[in-house]
Amino acid sequence: MKANTPAERLINGIVKENPTFVLMLGMCPTLAVTTSATNGIGMGLTTTVVLAASNLMISLLRKFIPDGVRMPAFIVVVASFVTIVQMLLEGFIPSLYASLGIYIPLIVVNCIILGRAEAYASKNPPVPSLFDGIGMGLGFTLSITCIGAVRELIGAGQLFGAQVLPLADSASGKIGYEPVTIFILAPGAFFVLAFLSALQNKFKLGAAKRGIDPSNPDSCGGACASCGNSMCKGRRE
Amino acid sequence: MKELLIILISSALVNNVVLSQFLGLCPFLGVSKKIETAAGMGGAVVFVITLSSFVTGLIYKFILIPTNLEYLQTIVFILIIAALVQFVEMFLKKAMPSLYQALGVYLPLITTNCAVLGVALINVQKDYNILQGTINGFATAVGFTISIVLMAGIREKIEYNDIPKAFQGFPSVLLTAGLMAIAFFGFSGLI
Repeated sequence: MKANTPAERLINGIVKENPTFVLMLGMCPTLAVTTSATNGIGMGLTTTVVLAASNLMISLLRKFIPDGVRMPAFIVVVASFVTIVQMLLEGFIPSLYASLGIYIPLIVVNCIILGRAEAYASKNPPVPSLFDGIGMGLGFTLSITCIGAVRELIGAGQLFGAQVLPLADSASGKIGYEPVTIFILAPGAFFVLAFLSALQNKFKLGAAKRGIDPSNPDSCGGACASCGNSMCKGRRE
Repeated sequence: MKELLIILISSALVNNVVLSQFLGLCPFLGVSKKIETAAGMGGAVVFVITLSSFVTGLIYKFILIPTNLEYLQTIVFILIIAALVQFVEMFLKKAMPSLYQALGVYLPLITTNCAVLGVALINVQKDYNILQGTINGFATAVGFTISIVLMAGIREKIEYNDIPKAFQGFPSVLLTAGLMAIAFFGFSGLI
């Protein structure tokens, strides 16, 4: 597919360079807000809006921002959009605002956003940058919704707040599902992500065996973290 | 005094910043391969978070509240933190070269450590005064140091184990973190 067309950018963000599973960026919100699938979608879409808007803005300003101060400039742009989105959420969807809490202002330091600003938006024209932001955002939404769904299903027997697995009731002796509450709590987040990335490693190993080039994109060795830095300045492209 | 002690214990152990609040995960997973580097990172974080929670507390109370600009907190805080880190780095380079040698490489990485911004925001959210905020910042950073050093110690041992291929690296580290988080639940009886 031709590079830098809107469709190519969308698919790239959702599948090829999925920020959570492939690039391993933005781990903090990934683990913190995925106690349910609904929270995952809320956080994902909020991040998508900020990501798309800041990518567009940074791309428009890319010729005016001096190279030496680009990081502070990017941070100000991102922080402004986060503040706007935070106020909108507080006004129109107060329930989501309450359940995401402090993680909404923390979108500012989400590595996905600064990473894309640095690696893509600051070098490319506005339209592809906008779609790059939307694609990356949707990829992020999809992955954290998956993680949220797994945790909610195992931890409470629910999916999107609806009871999927009938619960056991010891009082009436009804046989049903005993929720594994630890999956809703903090350790569960680590466990689910550990198994999902092990699964992903397994597929990669399989691909390597069949002679397909695994073209491992996480050059930082798996975690965004190994560069010790959530910014991971321009590590792609 | 008792109140300060409770803040200290609850931020350092019970509500451990990494293991129960998921802030500062990037350095926690990335810089925890060796005990020395983990301790260095921990030292730098203690230094920066304590200082930044003091400064953001001051700015919030004496500038943002009187001018009714509380809604700008996110933007103001992140800029203060970035500037502060830069400043600390320059200051240490000039005044204390030996400390700079030890912490230098970790300082620039801290700007985007979400724990720093997180602590500043939590201080505002919980209505801490400046002293309480600074104590909370210090305790949070100590909690971070405890968990990253423990993690590094465990990872040094894991190196010698025979782990299934798919679980090598990132997944095994996450599993370890999960088990540590369960262990830290034990502290919740403290307060």
